[in-house]
Amino acid sequence: MDNLYRDFILEHYRTPHNHGVLEPHDLHFADSNPTCGDEMSMTLRLDDGKQRVVDVAFDGRGCAISQASASILTDELRGLSLDDLRAIDPKDVVENLGVPIGPARLRCALLSYKVLQGAVIGAEARWPDEAEVLAGANEGGSAP
Amino acid sequence: MAIEQAAPDVTPFDGAALRADFPVFDRPHRSGRALCYLDSAASSPKPQAVIDALADAYGHHYANVHRGIYELSEDATARFEAARTALARFIGAPSEREVIFVRNATEAINLVAYSWGRSNLGPGDLILSTEMEHHANLVPWQQVAAATGATLEYVRLTDDGRLDPDDLRARLARRPKLLAFSQVSNALGTINPVAEITRLAHGAGAIVVLDAAQSVPHMPVDVAALGVDFAALSGHKMLGPSGIGALWGRRELLDAMPPFMTGGSMITRVTLAGTEWNEVPWKFEAGTPAIAEAMGLAAAIEYLERIGMSNVRAHERLLFERAWAALGDVPGLRRLGPDSPDDHAGVISFVLDGVHPHDVATIFDGDGVAVRAGHHCAQPVMQRYDLPATTRASFYVYNDLDDIERLVGAIDTTRRIFGAR
Repeated sequence: MDNLYRDFILEHYRTPHNHGVLEPHDLHFADSNPTCGDEMSMTLRLDDGKQRVVDVAFDGRGCAISQASASILTDELRGLSLDDLRAIDPKDVVENLGVPIGPARLRCALLSYKVLQGAVIGAEARWPDEAEVLAGANEGGSAP
Repeated sequence: MAIEQAAPDVTPFDGAALRADFPVFDRPHRSGRALCYLDSAASSPKPQAVIDALADAYGHHYANVHRGIYELSEDATARFEAARTALARFIGAPSEREVIFVRNATEAINLVAYSWGRSNLGPGDLILSTEMEHHANLVPWQQVAAATGATLEYVRLTDDGRLDPDDLRARLARRPKLLAFSQVSNALGTINPVAEITRLAHGAGAIVVLDAAQSVPHMPVDVAALGVDFAALSGHKMLGPSGIGALWGRRELLDAMPPFMTGGSMITRVTLAGTEWNEVPWKFEAGTPAIAEAMGLAAAIEYLERIGMSNVRAHERLLFERAWAALGDVPGLRRLGPDSPDDHAGVISFVLDGVHPHDVATIFDGDGVAVRAGHHCAQPVMQRYDLPATTRASFYVYNDLDDIERLVGAIDTTRRIFGAR
């Protein structure tokens, strides 16, 4: 079980990247994981053409998995187009954590993805299909 | 406030020895360690006696109840009704006719909310619930308030997790028609002084709905002595099967209430023009009930009665005292709820500085320790104390002092992984 809390995850939890609120910003969304009470918001600044991400930040409180997931995901977003953001595969978000995620913690790992999609569409996004994500994560052999 | 059930003579028992009665403790855990189950406030494992009773019910005593003119159905009916009688005795109900089988405490409270609530409440009426309640004793009242135009207010909590007596009195002075509260808080462990609160509520003209889901499994409960008007409980939290629970209510109130659900069994005569309702409790038991589960519940009651509910309470009180003290020694750990073991059941909610409760529970699981993390279906409690969630350890008959050591050990593991100061 300690391997779920590898130093990599704990580092992101203790000193998250891209943490805070961007002012001004172009996109903003706040969402929560009702099963654990985690709340997360994301702000994104776009380029002059409002096409590509220039900067991004997330804020909120939550568990090590959700905070590390947001820290890792936001690191990947600069330079991406809005279409790129929409096309992000939730399986990759889980896989990028590099630790095995079971069904009980899947939503912790996916909250950042859901908040990001909410920011892109300007409304609450759906949770990805959990069975599909889990199947993909297992196939991908993300376990260390 | 007064202690309601003074402890009579108590016979200590060995929780570890009782674990032999529960097959789940033989189940291998991926940690390689024996299961340390500290989530009984959510649901309890089942002793072999209950599992056997379920199998025996389906194997040898199963037919539909109340209607069959043949031996097997008469047998099933007698055993189903005997379970009702056993439950009535177990909770001190004056009559088994006042015990209605439902799926769980949630359905029991919904029954009162829909049936009593919608025929007795209207605009201008006040409903009182509390900030302490499980969503099951909160959302149904929100729904009834919305449907009837009644106003819903909540009794406030003190910083140490009790119902604020001054706030309670002030709100009762406005003469609510109903007060709904729990005997034991599932999120805080608080034991409320039910008899005293009920006296005050009755003095103000309110009927009292008691959520007894967390008390009936863990301490002697006598609904007549407590003086409440309705009490709700779940079988699955008291070693019984899931899918069966009960509502107890005063006969005169139940008689005056319209049915909750309608259909078969709950009628005496149906014509195309209309229907006459059956008597209580059957008026409230539409359709085929949970027959085998009722027989399983009777076996659970028998198991608990053999231990003795005063002994169960004393056992959990001891576990609470040891765990409360041990957790109090952990740096950065905050315990919720009252300090006094008189007012705190075997449920401890806590938060660990810098570690989210979900991470705590995951790390505990790695040590084979099952606890709950989250809002415990009591989000207003979390809001009251400005917490996203807590970790909750809850005790029952099969726990012992070794489990407290496992709990403390798992906290040490958590602090080590997170490098707690």
